Amino acid sequence: MCLSIPSKVVKISEDKTICTVDTMGVQRDASLLMIGEDALKIGDFVLLHIGFVMEIIDENEALASIETYREILEAMDEEERKQAILDDDNCENRGNA
Amino acid sequence: MEKIELKNLYDDFRDGKTIQAYAKIIAEDAKKLKKPINIMEVCGGHTHTIMKFGLPQLLPNNVNFIHGPGCPVCIMPKERIDHAYVLAMQSEVILVTLGDMIKVPGSNGSLQDARAKGADVRFVYSPMECIKIAKENPDKKVIFFAIGFETTTPMTAVLIDQVIKLKIPNILFHINHVTVPEVMVELIDSRDVHVDSYNNQIDAFLGPSHVSVISGSKIYDKFPKEYGRPVVVTGFEPVDAMQGISMIVKQFIEERCELEIQYKRVVSYEGNLKAQALIEQYFEKISLFRWRGLGNVPDSGLKLKDEFAEYNAEIVYREVLPIAEIEDHKLCICGDILRGMAKPPECTIFGTACKPNSPVGSCMVSSEGACSAYYKYGNLL
Repeated sequence: MCLSIPSKVVKISEDKTICTVDTMGVQRDASLLMIGEDALKIGDFVLLHIGFVMEIIDENEALASIETYREILEAMDEEERKQAILDDDNCENRGNA
Repeated sequence: MEKIELKNLYDDFRDGKTIQAYAKIIAEDAKKLKKPINIMEVCGGHTHTIMKFGLPQLLPNNVNFIHGPGCPVCIMPKERIDHAYVLAMQSEVILVTLGDMIKVPGSNGSLQDARAKGADVRFVYSPMECIKIAKENPDKKVIFFAIGFETTTPMTAVLIDQVIKLKIPNILFHINHVTVPEVMVELIDSRDVHVDSYNNQIDAFLGPSHVSVISGSKIYDKFPKEYGRPVVVTGFEPVDAMQGISMIVKQFIEERCELEIQYKRVVSYEGNLKAQALIEQYFEKISLFRWRGLGNVPDSGLKLKDEFAEYNAEIVYREVLPIAEIEDHKLCICGDILRGMAKPPECTIFGTACKPNSPVGSCMVSSEGACSAYYKYGNLL
């Protein structure tokens, strides 16, 4: 019921009451009666819910979140790499250095 | 600056490695917790994400979930489900509602049963489809049975607005919209002894995603300030959920108690003001609305304002609508589950007498019900 899906705006009607959105290849119309008239432009990402555009997705915030995740993964990878080196250095089966 | 594509908005928020990374962060942070913490995810959609992606398996033992009542179909008392059935069975009525209502069991059966008996019941993707149905059937009364929290309320308001502006004479509304913050208060501070709110042990809330898009995070201000419960408004994807949980754990170890937004790409403090204005224009609060398992929750239900009485199916059809409160089946513990006091596997009929195709309670049949989440995904645990 509360699940809304991100979609991309591909067309806006002349009277700005309806737009066409593309959700991973599937196109459908959505009402714009819940958001400001001039708020939207083609190419924007929006949250779609039961036939309505509920909100415009803030691309800067989305990118900031994705950047955060990338940094976390890089930090994890770096930690794992260091641990792997440490494990190798401390390996009992290693010959004398 | 880098441009994102649509698939980033799906893939990056479902990435397995990122989920695992957050699991490690949470596990490390949780070692510093002074005591175990219980996080209530309010929304049924979050319950489904948590179960579908096996998130409880990834969390340490001292971080637990309590499932909340955020399933608008699950919390509807049986007598209101019976209203839908009774209205559907009127010969001049076309009952229109969202798909979630199709199999919800009432005293006489579900809407699917009503349809099998010849009632004209139509399940729609969008409330706006009512307009076409009404125009194609001018001799019928189209009743939109409106369900949902703040997420879907403005869509009903838009439909009412259009019905009035376009002067459509044959659409009525049966309103069952409810609001989230009031039930959150009820769970932690109820005057009703039956609710047992002080034993609920909720330490923090994972705030609903799309309710908050509409209402803004401002509606949760009181929880850290007056009730000492942090709230992190979190998205529905599994990475969102893990990040939200991580943010809550960090608040506890840093001894903060704040309202934060994890789902910043669509949630703001103020919310969608146009949607809020539409709700304000057509609806007002009912002082008491009965929730399954919780009894009457003050100020948690909405009704059409009196000046729109002619569109209100509860008034127009008051002579046929049942008013007595109806209790659930005695073996159904949906009420306890919705109050966060039990989990679905504790129910004696879970998965046996009560299954999605033969539900005894709404929690098993709604797409946001805790029981349906456990039934679908629970074998993974």
